[in-house]
Amino acid sequence: MQRDQQPRSDAAAPPILEVRNLVVAFHGLAGTLRALDDVSFSIAPGEILGVVGESGAGKSLTGAAVIGLLERPGRIDGGEILLAGRRIDNLPHAQMRKVRGREIGAIFQDPLTSLNPLLTVGEQLTETIATHLALSAKAARARAVELLAEVGIPAPANRIDDYPHHFSGGMRQRVVIALALCANPKLVIADEPTTALDVSVQAQILELIRRLGREHGTAVMLITHDMGVIAETADRVAVMYAGRVAEIGPTREIIETPHHPYTVGLMGSVPVIGEDAEDLVQIDGSMPRLNAIPPGCAFNPRCGEVMGRCLSQRPGLMPAGRSQAACWLMDTVTGDAA
Amino acid sequence: MSAPDVDTTRGFLGRTRDIFARMGRHDLWLSFRSKPVVIVAAIVAGVLILSALAAPLIAPHDPYDMASVSLLYAELPPAWVDGGDPAFPLGTDLQGRDMLSTILYGSRTSILVGAAAVALSLVLGVAAGLVAGYGGGVVDSVLMRIADIQLTFPAILIALLFDGVVSAIFSHGSSDQYALLVIILAIGVSNWVLFARVVRSSTLVEKGKDYVKAARVTGVSSLAILLKHILPNTLGPVLVIATINLALAILGEATLSFLGVGLPPTQPSLGTLIRIGNEYLFSGAWWMTIFPGVTLILLVLSVNLLGDWLRDALNPKLR
Repeated sequence: MQRDQQPRSDAAAPPILEVRNLVVAFHGLAGTLRALDDVSFSIAPGEILGVVGESGAGKSLTGAAVIGLLERPGRIDGGEILLAGRRIDNLPHAQMRKVRGREIGAIFQDPLTSLNPLLTVGEQLTETIATHLALSAKAARARAVELLAEVGIPAPANRIDDYPHHFSGGMRQRVVIALALCANPKLVIADEPTTALDVSVQAQILELIRRLGREHGTAVMLITHDMGVIAETADRVAVMYAGRVAEIGPTREIIETPHHPYTVGLMGSVPVIGEDAEDLVQIDGSMPRLNAIPPGCAFNPRCGEVMGRCLSQRPGLMPAGRSQAACWLMDTVTGDAA
Repeated sequence: MSAPDVDTTRGFLGRTRDIFARMGRHDLWLSFRSKPVVIVAAIVAGVLILSALAAPLIAPHDPYDMASVSLLYAELPPAWVDGGDPAFPLGTDLQGRDMLSTILYGSRTSILVGAAAVALSLVLGVAAGLVAGYGGGVVDSVLMRIADIQLTFPAILIALLFDGVVSAIFSHGSSDQYALLVIILAIGVSNWVLFARVVRSSTLVEKGKDYVKAARVTGVSSLAILLKHILPNTLGPVLVIATINLALAILGEATLSFLGVGLPPTQPSLGTLIRIGNEYLFSGAWWMTIFPGVTLILLVLSVNLLGDWLRDALNPKLR
């Protein structure tokens, strides 16, 4: 498969995005809730990192922290975010605005609300282009037409003066992608970009996102809860659970030989066409609430292979095959593995 | 949709033409055409407003020109009543001024005051609503508590209070000179709350939408987001409130003038005319108060009907 030729984060190229020990907490009257706890990962140029997990696992929050869209009372309490080797989590507001506009693009879930209904797509594109590139109005418009063509809008020169409601959902999502690409960003954060679309359109949009990495070397952080989307698109996958990274590794490895018991359960719960539906595995219990995360491993109450140390000591990411998993089962150093 | 290979940067004229072409196909126009009551209201309001604005051109007499006013013609009944004079179709008042002309000039003042007051409330309210909704936090709380407090008083009380305070500040003698300005300020300030609340809530809704987030990600400044993205998307309901408020403001001015704190008799509005005429209602000179009254009712009713229609036509839930 083509994506197997893509560079990995462990290759020589320095990562576009590096997140180190990121902690995001919400400070409220009832105390502090750690929504992201010690999250680390990196994305290489041209690579697509899929981020999966249940609702509330912290996928979107990770994206928001990277773009700088954390809403009060949430804030970054620790760790670092590096974009092409430069720290961006502690930049002053004005500078952050420049950086995230030029170097990070964002694609959101709902194409119906991602575009301003009162401006033509051309106006929105040229506005964004003009914010970042020193181009004349005419050149910006030409660039907008180019972008629309690139994301697969037929007859872009005619459609550029149309309003968002003239476009179908899938076409609108293409416009949103064009909008995210305006300034040729190094990194695109796609937060559930296909959830609101029907399956056939989904495949087209995913192909489009994949092409970004191939042709422009854009790194993509693809946030989704759909394993099918991940399997089809991502080079590597980060599985999140209760605000922590449970396992991270190459897509094929994660799908075929998952290591973390949570990933094992997650893969077991994905229906496969041709198999008997009654064989689907369900993980008992539910993800802990943020104010009741158990000590040690966050997954310990639901884990079938829980050991004594899981209840008290929190596992860090450890090598597990070609992946890394935060599970004491992988601990070969102290010889305590099962 | 434009023809292929049109000039890539459309000029102002091209855009204007596009807008009119779109309006012809717009739901609003279709809804308008299908409602006879609304068409009648639009015609009545249009005629009243146009004739009021054109008062100096179409009024048969100039009621402010003391030279042409003669006490000889005082208290003449309307032309079709016994003793009426065809030169004064709606009769004359105590000073012998032509009622039709005073009503035209009076409507002009009323509409001017109403429109200016609504414009003032609109600007104040929209600005406060945008700032409160987008800024949030302390700013939001302070602005909205002020709005809540103001809502506990009837608008007319606020206007009376404001009028009293401002008139006291300006020197006593010259207060007539500023009466128009003062009443516009008084009515404008007493009506901003509704605008602020509606704009604030739409701002909160729009702020959470992805296109605003996307604009923030692309580095658009807060001010540009507010003015270019959020403001235009909150204007639909504002238009409706402005129309209904226009009727309210005209009525508010009439009330103040009727109470005697509004416009002086030298600068009569419909409310002033009604008040003056009211004193002679039972002495038989009914035309002095009935005609300005009917004009006021027609004006307020037609504008209100238009506002109601606009509210329904722009409400996606009622379509």
